[in-house]
Amino acid sequence: MPITINHLAEGINTVWVLLCAALVFFMEGGFAALEAGFIRSKNSLNIIMKVFADCTVGMLGYWAFGFAIMYGLDKAGLFGTSGAFITGNFAHLNLKIPIYAYWIFQAAFAVAVATIVSGAVAERMKFGPYMVFSLLATAVIYPVAGHWVWNPAGWLAKLGMMDFAGSAAVHAVGGWASLAAVLVLGPRKGKYNKDGSLNVLPAHNLPLAALGAFMLWFGWFGFNPGSSLSGLDLNIARIAVTTNLAAAAGGTVSALYTMWKYGKPDASMIINGSLAGLVAVTAGCAYVAPGSAVAIGGIAGILVVLAVQFFDWVKADDPVGAIAVHGVCGTFGALAVGIFAEKGGLIYTGSFKLLGIQALGVGAVSLWAFLATAAIFYVLKVTVGIRVTVEDELDGMDLCEHGIAAYAGIEASHVRAFAHLAEGIDKSSTKEDLVSSR
Amino acid sequence: MKKVEAVVRPAKLDEIKEALSLIGIRGMTVSQVVGCGTQKGHVSVYRGQEYTVNLLDKIKIEIVVEDKFVDQVINRICAVGKTGEAGDGKIFVYPVEKAIRIRTGESGEDAI
Amino acid sequence: MKKIEAIIRPTKLDELKDALGRFNVHGMTVTEVLGCGLQKGKKEIYRGTEYTIDLLSKVKIEIIVKDSWVQDLVALISETAKTGEIGDGKIFITEVENAVRIRTGESGEAVL
Repeated sequence: MPITINHLAEGINTVWVLLCAALVFFMEGGFAALEAGFIRSKNSLNIIMKVFADCTVGMLGYWAFGFAIMYGLDKAGLFGTSGAFITGNFAHLNLKIPIYAYWIFQAAFAVAVATIVSGAVAERMKFGPYMVFSLLATAVIYPVAGHWVWNPAGWLAKLGMMDFAGSAAVHAVGGWASLAAVLVLGPRKGKYNKDGSLNVLPAHNLPLAALGAFMLWFGWFGFNPGSSLSGLDLNIARIAVTTNLAAAAGGTVSALYTMWKYGKPDASMIINGSLAGLVAVTAGCAYVAPGSAVAIGGIAGILVVLAVQFFDWVKADDPVGAIAVHGVCGTFGALAVGIFAEKGGLIYTGSFKLLGIQALGVGAVSLWAFLATAAIFYVLKVTVGIRVTVEDELDGMDLCEHGIAAYAGIEASHVRAFAHLAEGIDKSSTKEDLVSSR
Repeated sequence: MKKVEAVVRPAKLDEIKEALSLIGIRGMTVSQVVGCGTQKGHVSVYRGQEYTVNLLDKIKIEIVVEDKFVDQVINRICAVGKTGEAGDGKIFVYPVEKAIRIRTGESGEDAI
Repeated sequence: MKKIEAIIRPTKLDELKDALGRFNVHGMTVTEVLGCGLQKGKKEIYRGTEYTIDLLSKVKIEIIVKDSWVQDLVALISETAKTGEIGDGKIFITEVENAVRIRTGESGEAVL
């Protein structure tokens, strides 16, 4: 096969998208560490297993139907009707890369949406029903919203909505789905007192959570620049810069704001603040100037702190701040495009047209995600039940759901020895065997 | 035989251990505990929500000694463990009926 | 002087601390411990092998009080820490010979 300039271009684009897909997939590790760190140790294995469920059953859901609904041939601007199991013709997408490269990049986005919800429902939701939700989130909820915004024939895409990497299509969808989920599920036991006052259920490992945030930040260099779908699009350099600056501004402002408001810079809020900046700039990263990215990230850094307190106050118990980070700041990020975009933004054109389209778009996908999730959670609640028992919640989800604690300390080493001796699993084993087997 | 049980500031553990070794006491059991007493807790803010920490980190040292060493041990711990601020901790003395060294089976004061 | 040592369910700690506070007992030492007793261990399956967790998490609270308080406090702790299910824990009373406040060196019931 003679190598032409077109082949080379296609090769560069394919390598670029695959590399970014790997970066986006690595964000699941970031979510896992972030969420595990933010909750109590007795539930930390369970939350990581839920992130695994997103990457396993959720991944299959996106393969089976999700991609087809999102990028199949359009029906009425609302959903796709072809391409289940990545088969059939995708010529209508006019891609410059193989469909498989496109699929794996998109699949990493889909599992992220489900994972956003896993954090909000942490410490109380049963594993089985979560798997069902994860499947439906990647097979239906996210693909419908994604179709509206990103399928060339989607009704919001046709209106001219600008959501480059998904502040609305990914983050607002995940965030408002989280709100619906926690409202149906109810708060963790012990979070609220009878008189309505709040208790702190502290994070068990904030260094782990911070490490998770770094992994997310790192992955975002694939999430946003990768959405160009082309290594030949030199705008990827600007996208990397705006992404990075928004994270920096979000973390800076949330540190200063909590220092001023509470007397000390709240570590958990600095972590959430950087992520809020990333979420907010995701829609506009390709369209705004670096200075605007700082403004967007900075505003998100304040919004996230206010939102965490607001949702605590309305008893939407969200242990990791998913609603605040992804719902509120994702919505803000979509709106911010209407203000800061160099082409069509309010401060450049004086026109509210784009801002109006953005508001309509983010409102529509958020409402869809909220209602669809509420319906799924409600049906699961009245059929199989979505909460573990009060006793299991007090003992911790790791034991009751998975049969083993996340952290094997003194307890586990004793258990092994006792199990051997008491039940005589291997009566022929000598003392030396027992010692060496430990 | 008596058990001397001292609940002290974590930062003082090393000094106390050293001071006790100077009078020949090298055996002890140390645990991380939390406790409250005269020392006030503090109010902290986490994710915008105020909460009080009133169980503060302490170290519990347990030493079993012959009766005649009790006063000396208490004096050493007080001398070294004291900062003069509330929160220095307390020492309790209990009678001990018997002590046995597991390795040899010897008991009584020989075992300590 | 007596030591009241209560091994209770971890979830009862806050409630008990509040109840003791209302009784004007503000000093205590709290330790996370593992224990077994009447409460059966839990059977779990890990990687296909069944095992029992027979050392369960408990919280140990130690309070040193005047003799005259013991009866009331034992009643209060029993009442507060009770759920009626096996595994509520036990209370032990031990003789204490002396107590010393490290900060001031004063001793006897005055430091309680």
